[in-house]
Amino acid sequence: MGFSRRDFIKKTAIASAAAAIGVSVPTKLKADSVQRAKSGWRWDKTTCRFCGTGCGIMIATKNDKIVAIKGDVAAPVNRGLNCLKGYFNAKIMYGADRLKKPLLRVDEDGNFSKQGKFQPVSWQRAYDELEKQMRKTLKELGPAGIAIFGSGQYTIFEGYAASKLMKAGFRSNNIDPNARHCMASAVAGFIQTFGIDEPAGNYDDIEVADSIILWGANMAEMHPILWTRISDRKLENPDKVKLINLTTFSNRSSDISDIEILFKPHTDLAIMNYIARKIVYEMQDAIDWDFVKKYTVFATGPVNTGYGMRTANHPKFTDKERETVKGQSSKIVSKAEGKTLAYLGYKEGDTMEMKNAKGAGKHWQISFEEFKKGLEPYTLDFVANLAKGDPDEDIETFKVKLEVLASNYIDKARKVTSFWTMGFNQHQRGTWVNEQIYMIHLLLGKHAQPGNGAFSLTGQPSACGTAREVGTFAHRLPADLVVKNPKHRAFAEKIWKIPPGTINPKVGSHIVKIMRDIEDGKIKFAWVQVNNPWAATANTNHWLKAARQMDNFIVCSDSYPGVSAKVSDLILPSAMMYEKWGAYGNAERRTQHWRQQVTPVGDSMPDVYHIVEIAKRFKLRDVWGAQNIPGLEGGLPDVLPKAREMGYKPDDTLFDVLFANEEAKKYAWPDPVGKDFDNTEAVGDKRTITGTMGEEWKGYGFFIQKYLWEDYRKFGVGHAHDLAPFDRYHEVRGLKWPYVDGKETQWRFNSKYDPYAAKQNYGDFAFYGGALKAIPQGDLKGVTDPAKKPLKNKAKIFFRPYMDPVEMPDKKYPLWLCTGRVLEHWHTGTMTMRVPELYRAVPQALAYMHPADAEKYGLKQGDTIWVESRRGRVKTHVETRGRNRMPKGSIFIPFFDEKVLINKVTLDATCPISKETDYKKCAVKVYKA
Amino acid sequence: MENKDSSKISRGDLLKGIVKKGGLMMLGGLPWAAYVEENKEEEFVLRPPGAVDEKKFVESCIKCGICVEECPYDTLKLAKPGDDALTGTPFFTPRDIPCYMCTDIPCVEACPTDSLLKDLVSDDNNDKYDINKAEMGVAVIDRKNCLAYWGIRCDACYRACPLLDEAIVLNFERNKRTGKHAMMKPEVNADICTGCGMCEHACITEKASIFVLPREKALGKVNDDYIKGWDEEDESRLDSNNIYIDKNQVEKSTLDYLNDTGSLLNDE
Amino acid sequence: MMSNLSKYRYLILRRIVQITILVLFWGANRYGWKVLVGNLSTAKVLDSFYLADPLAVLQILATGTIISLDILIGVLIIVIFYGLITGRSFCSWVCPINIVTDSAAWLRKKGYGEKGNKYLKLPKSMRYYVLGLALILSLVLGVAAYEVINPIGITVREIVFGFGISATVLILIFLFDLFVLKNGFCGHICPVGGFYSLISKFRLLKVHLENDKCTSCMDCKTVCPEVQVLGIVGKKSGDISQGACTNCGRCIEVCEDDALRFKFF
Repeated sequence: MGFSRRDFIKKTAIASAAAAIGVSVPTKLKADSVQRAKSGWRWDKTTCRFCGTGCGIMIATKNDKIVAIKGDVAAPVNRGLNCLKGYFNAKIMYGADRLKKPLLRVDEDGNFSKQGKFQPVSWQRAYDELEKQMRKTLKELGPAGIAIFGSGQYTIFEGYAASKLMKAGFRSNNIDPNARHCMASAVAGFIQTFGIDEPAGNYDDIEVADSIILWGANMAEMHPILWTRISDRKLENPDKVKLINLTTFSNRSSDISDIEILFKPHTDLAIMNYIARKIVYEMQDAIDWDFVKKYTVFATGPVNTGYGMRTANHPKFTDKERETVKGQSSKIVSKAEGKTLAYLGYKEGDTMEMKNAKGAGKHWQISFEEFKKGLEPYTLDFVANLAKGDPDEDIETFKVKLEVLASNYIDKARKVTSFWTMGFNQHQRGTWVNEQIYMIHLLLGKHAQPGNGAFSLTGQPSACGTAREVGTFAHRLPADLVVKNPKHRAFAEKIWKIPPGTINPKVGSHIVKIMRDIEDGKIKFAWVQVNNPWAATANTNHWLKAARQMDNFIVCSDSYPGVSAKVSDLILPSAMMYEKWGAYGNAERRTQHWRQQVTPVGDSMPDVYHIVEIAKRFKLRDVWGAQNIPGLEGGLPDVLPKAREMGYKPDDTLFDVLFANEEAKKYAWPDPVGKDFDNTEAVGDKRTITGTMGEEWKGYGFFIQKYLWEDYRKFGVGHAHDLAPFDRYHEVRGLKWPYVDGKETQWRFNSKYDPYAAKQNYGDFAFYGGALKAIPQGDLKGVTDPAKKPLKNKAKIFFRPYMDPVEMPDKKYPLWLCTGRVLEHWHTGTMTMRVPELYRAVPQALAYMHPADAEKYGLKQGDTIWVESRRGRVKTHVETRGRNRMPKGSIFIPFFDEKVLINKVTLDATCPISKETDYKKCAVKVYKA
Repeated sequence: MENKDSSKISRGDLLKGIVKKGGLMMLGGLPWAAYVEENKEEEFVLRPPGAVDEKKFVESCIKCGICVEECPYDTLKLAKPGDDALTGTPFFTPRDIPCYMCTDIPCVEACPTDSLLKDLVSDDNNDKYDINKAEMGVAVIDRKNCLAYWGIRCDACYRACPLLDEAIVLNFERNKRTGKHAMMKPEVNADICTGCGMCEHACITEKASIFVLPREKALGKVNDDYIKGWDEEDESRLDSNNIYIDKNQVEKSTLDYLNDTGSLLNDE
Repeated sequence: MMSNLSKYRYLILRRIVQITILVLFWGANRYGWKVLVGNLSTAKVLDSFYLADPLAVLQILATGTIISLDILIGVLIIVIFYGLITGRSFCSWVCPINIVTDSAAWLRKKGYGEKGNKYLKLPKSMRYYVLGLALILSLVLGVAAYEVINPIGITVREIVFGFGISATVLILIFLFDLFVLKNGFCGHICPVGGFYSLISKFRLLKVHLENDKCTSCMDCKTVCPEVQVLGIVGKKSGDISQGACTNCGRCIEVCEDDALRFKFF
């Protein structure tokens, strides 16, 4: 019967004893592994599926089966180490409930029915329905009626194919990635400050920085491998290297930190201004005037910009929701704002009309004196009292911490690297707070140098590589181009070989707006690709209902059944990462490619196939005629005549024009780079798959991934976004763009390292990014001279004030709610919750809270509780101990657990500039379930 | 006794009867005793919080199972024949379900005997439960198989620990191989660890590389000869009445020794 | 039909009582009912007081352990209830093993089992030796020795705490009773029954025989599991007073002559 536990303990006790006296069998093991390598294991390099760190992984396959995963010793990011989750990159592929066949909701006669039950269908049947539904919506609503939920986890090829299909084919800009939820504020900060996206520095900053400051980045859990590098830096010189963790609750990144600063949500805006005030008012010597004068200008923008919500008169809001949503139109100026917005004439109790909700991104140049004036209120006293996040902390101690923080930046002898992630980005003034960190670094001349710089970390494996660089956003084209700009559109149309005027100039719906549009009936066809928006979008009760109860058609390409699949009408089974060729780009601009390692499971197919196959079903005449676009005067022109001039026929399909054109077919398969590897898209695989046209799938006949890469690469080469040729990435462990003359770039904007900066001949630095580089002149109050002055090679130092978030705890909802991730799980958990080891390690999302709060609400450790906001509620359990220690008045609930769908509770307020949702703050109450 | 015919049996028969029955009892009693002895010597069993020491526990537990019924997490089980605990007594297997360390400790509250003692899990005034005082066992790390000791970023046990940074701490060490990463090695503080087994449950390796053992199995004991000179409190460990008195094993008294020259002088 | 049913009236009632008690224990664990929490060794009643198995407690005391007052009161209640009121009725009205041993006895009577005791003969007094040995072993080994092997405890725990009935112990007892020794376990070995026999001499509830009505058909002796207690049948009127009588009432219900009845006082 059950002697297992005793045996187990006895044996493990022996094992640990053996470990203690150093018994091991290296020779035998070695021989063994050589033999196994001989017996047909194929090792190949690839990368990790999870966070934005971009660790290298080695993968071994044998007979079309993955047999092993290990860290890639040659990868510069991680040198053979992965975090506990990284080792399950293969295991996530083999959950018992992998989606293996297309599934369609059908009625008893097998016809599609919104109320039907899912039944397996053929790929052909699935695409017949997909085409029918898409046509129906295009006919009714035009290109603005369809949408794709894109992803920061798309491979670059997938993102590029989807973007090209939508923008060049369907002429719709309604493609927006989940990266909107994680990186948009960083992007807006980069574009507004530098005119070009993505960080100047790279991970090597860690090893040379003297002070490392974390602002809303729990790197110990969210960037586990980078955290070991930061820890190593600290250990290398514990006296000199200082680590400061700014956060709203105590987390594991505080472990090795010298100082932990717990601040109240949103007051990072004030803390940053305190540092700037200290520099500008008390320590002007610290300002690097040469740098500031030559490479920067000062700027500011409007404050009455709302909170990215719909207005309160929207019929779908409940009265409770309206209590918060009314802030979108106007707000009463709070006591703190009465001080911080005094420069605009506001005082406490005034009503602020949100007149600039639509033009939130406007900004203008101001003088240093004006900049200085704006900083005046942020004295140590004021900021400390506003920002202290732990009610139990002594104010004097908190003040000392703020002073030490400031001196870490100001000290001329110290190289300072600041890191942030979602604390800044998921913020109702996310763009502002991103700009403020550059404000400090630029004032001090501490940016774009080894060890000196503000570095925006990414959450997803290809938030940079795909979402941002490929531009799978509603307003973007590849390589930082935007749809609004006619020159950019013309450039893209040339590369894509499509008629001028094809690309829709009207910015599409961002990801939150796609949800809102579905609820408003403005979008009736939506396609989920590589993400889980119905679990991940804030205030999801609205979106869940809209998907199921309204007249629309939702397609979900996924590998596992999750919340989004559940509310869809058609589910397409996706191949997973190692079942296809791919490429990701990490947070330090490093692009990494991998080969297809194994045949996909079941009838699942790579997302490139999902995207490209629908192109076969639409002819130019279907989409390139004149199109009506709501809000775009004159609509989209008929480009068919010009297409005819270019040699296209109206009966050519989008597939022929966009994906299987003459150039594409030049990329032949087989190709030496893919010798001995499969390519399901190019030539099919060992399975017999009946394709979407009813044919036996034998592939496109050419190396479509390589074509997509090389087609995409044309956007960046010569435009400071240079990527290397396809094959080059299979010789190295990733390359940091811009890749110029066979060399990657370590520090951008620094003439010593960046050929593009050197080319400007401007000096040691050149902030050469071209976007938003001509702005009007004004003062703190507004524009005084609307004539736009160019700012070539200069960055902007923004003054941004402190403002309250739109919803704050009150008597009815007395607690702050913050959401986020845990180390053991990835995002909404569809993959990691299926790995038994990871599930066992963290099986449930708990509500972390202060023991005194628990007692106050009559709760004890482990109690089942409801967490309720004005929008919805979820049931979970009280955790007063463990990894996150909350200050009184705050709770934290991670979002990986579908059973604790915390986004039913969160508020869909966004940064008005970046449209990124603030998942870090809303007001809730808790009570016993 | 109830045999009414017993009066008719002679004394000799009666004696014979008793010897016979006694013999039979011996025959049955020996394997019985052996079974009980084997069954009770489950030295690796983990008991609920507040359990008295194992010897006392097997004596006093009445096997009613009320603690098991009170346990909200189904952590506690009653041993059935073949389990690694005295049949009928409560125990838990953290790899299956660890102790979630309820702050109101319902199992202890419910115990009708003194097998689970409130005193052992209460604050110093004995008026409020303090689950952190529980000594169910202590977590032990198999450093050979612990991923963190390989340099892999894991520390799942650390984050699972209800007394994180106290019962399990991370030791940061430089990874000399890579030259730019740190190792974060978990270490158990046996003074704090309650043996709840949340770490064992969370451990990511196939067989847990951190696991709970009964304290008397996992912990050594330092003899009184070694005192931490740098820590005054350490002296309290010593029994002040019993230092250096008759501690050394001496076969003979000094005089006897000196007087016994036999072995020196005798060639044999 | 009616008469048939009335021939089993106590049997049916006993089964109802036995099963109800098990259901109450099971429901306490499964659904948190508060009527009877625990099991037959110790139970908390209506969330207010305890009942405890005197033999289990005796063994614990033999190990040298002091037991709490709550439990001692629980023992006292049980001892008074069985010893002074209902006698050894635990065995026939409460203990679930009784269902198994009754069925073995019934099959034996039908001729399916062994006739007589071919392989083993044991005196009824064996159980007192087992009881004594249990106490001695508890003292020597420091563990309540019989509780380790007590089939009653094992079975009840299996049912109440839902590890599924492994049935090994039950089958062993069943086969033992059927083929080896008539009324083998309950009548010869079980020290729990033995203990209650010892304390039940002066109980209030007894079976009473009116010899006038008796036709000496001996039906009662055929069904009685402790047949030696019916020594007076056919001889003289009186109470069945030996402690070994479990007050199961089988003799009463099978008596065609109405010669037997329960008598209080």
